Amino acid sequence: MRGAHEDEPERNDEPDRDDRTGRPGAPGDADTAGGAGDAGARGTAAGAGGGAGGEPGAARIPLPRASVEDTGRALPDAVPGGPLTLEHHVLTSLLGAWALAACSAEEAAAVEAHIGECEPCADEALRLRDAVALLQRPESLDLDPALRTRVLEGCLERRPPRIPVPEWATPYDAETARLDALLQDIGDAEWHAPVRLRWFEADGAASRRTTVAGVIAHLLTVDGLVAVALGLADPLGDIAAPTSAPAGRTEAYWRASHFPPTRAVRAPWREQSHSIVRTVSFTGDSGGMPVSYGDFELPLHDAMLDRAFECWVHAEDIAEAVDYPYEPPSARHLNRMIDLAARMLPGALAERRRAGLAAPGARPHLVAAGEPGRSLRLEIEGSGGGEWLIPLDSPGALGSADHEVAHVALDGVEFCRLAAGHVPPAEAAAGQVGDREAIRDVLFAAAGLSRM
Amino acid sequence: MAKRDVPPRWDRKMQQRLARGEAAALGELYDRFASLVHGLAYRVLDDERAADHLTRDVFAHVWEHPDAYDPRQGPLRTWIAALTHRLAVQRLRATETAALARGGSGSVEELETKVRHASVAARADYIVQSMPAPLRAALELAYFQRRDYRQTAADLGVTEDEARRRLRLGLQLLSTAREAASPGAPGTPPGYGGAA
Repeated sequence: MRGAHEDEPERNDEPDRDDRTGRPGAPGDADTAGGAGDAGARGTAAGAGGGAGGEPGAARIPLPRASVEDTGRALPDAVPGGPLTLEHHVLTSLLGAWALAACSAEEAAAVEAHIGECEPCADEALRLRDAVALLQRPESLDLDPALRTRVLEGCLERRPPRIPVPEWATPYDAETARLDALLQDIGDAEWHAPVRLRWFEADGAASRRTTVAGVIAHLLTVDGLVAVALGLADPLGDIAAPTSAPAGRTEAYWRASHFPPTRAVRAPWREQSHSIVRTVSFTGDSGGMPVSYGDFELPLHDAMLDRAFECWVHAEDIAEAVDYPYEPPSARHLNRMIDLAARMLPGALAERRRAGLAAPGARPHLVAAGEPGRSLRLEIEGSGGGEWLIPLDSPGALGSADHEVAHVALDGVEFCRLAAGHVPPAEAAAGQVGDREAIRDVLFAAAGLSRM
Repeated sequence: MAKRDVPPRWDRKMQQRLARGEAAALGELYDRFASLVHGLAYRVLDDERAADHLTRDVFAHVWEHPDAYDPRQGPLRTWIAALTHRLAVQRLRATETAALARGGSGSVEELETKVRHASVAARADYIVQSMPAPLRAALELAYFQRRDYRQTAADLGVTEDEARRRLRLGLQLLSTAREAASPGAPGTPPGYGGAA
């Protein structure tokens, strides 16, 4: 993707180009970027050289880059019928192309002959030649994604906002900005690069094939659940989805468009994510409002964390598809995402028991809601890590160190990949001590948190 | 060329939201202009960390003084580019002067030349980014991809006359980057506005 520009000249490397730029060892265009400063000197030298080259009087103006005169070859035999005679307005209109060495040798010769005798054209030719030296390849310098947070925090310290972005919405704000920066850099073709969405379902790996643009459409439709809860427009518009579950909405959106999604999906996705951040800043409550995912609900502040997490996970899918590096979220945000998953685990364990995927513990320790229960210590190492006590037998129980029956340790990013369904539970690189059955259940429950 | 009497709605709303102290607006402002600001700062300062710092300074300035931008005077983009340019040149001159004072090599004249070159290069970048897309596309083909104007015309699906016109007009716009007043002059540096 970065190389897209560099690739272009190769593809356009047609034989006829040699007539213009076939100087042996001609410097690549990239070299001219650094040469802006000495353009004048270079131009003068070229002019003098051209003058000595047997065309006295014609080279008052520096010759264009890679003009045929510089090639050391014979002058074009393409002037068999003598110099071209062109009208003044044609010669004038050629000045830009001439300055860029983008006209034929005959036309260049005609322009050069003309500017030897026409003062206004000579002045303009010089100006335009100088302007060419100012053309520079855009810096392909990446903005450090962490710079956004630093800049915004610096600003907000200097002038505290009257309407802040709630703390629970900042991971979503940061992750959508990071993904958008990645999207900005990818070329048209890469929007159609294949991506395989992966998740875990009924204790098995599931996947669905789409494209980079299809992934953004997926994020657009599922973020749309939050938008709808906030009273914003539903990105599905008139499209009827069978359910309001994320997968159903996404499939409906994909089906409804006659053509595969293109990069055009970026703008509505970004506009919606900006609107969501803006709107939650005005909600004024602590984010307790329910957001429906079809078969379950999350309070707004957790839904925003969930969407931040999904944004990162799918950004990694995209980055992998277009072969681009992508970093995990900041430690602070990663910690919030892990915390959300840890808080959802007791419910997921109960769900597994109901679905018959897990037997009740051999020695279930059923306790009244709010009482300490049999627990697993989840130790997350590395960036964003921490420790969580997961009550095993009932979502209502409290995690308790006194009732710890197992201890699992794994890296934060690894845990997130597990919870995203990208790492099978059996292969998760986890250190484990204690009740094997409990550990297996928790790892499978973590993987089961994933969905399309 | 810009319709100065009707500032884009986005610019006006943004200015109002910033003035209201809406943090979400600051994030959107950053998302829209950070690469412009950082790119210009880098072109002037030629140092990534210095460009990072300058990016922080520019957004802090806008956030702290939202009323400094008057939408009636032109697009926000132009105003931010000019602000970036001014602060970057100031910073470059300050660092170079300090280096000179510490006994670094070079003369005041060389310093001024360096500042002027950096200033022109940044302005040229901005002009290219801001010129009408058809002109930019023609320059891109003719210069970076070495297409001649006939091929450029074919690639763009326009007449050869039109391709020549675009190349000439694009370079004419670009050449205004050199029309610098003294680089330290206050106010909008030339080159910001005309091409916006």
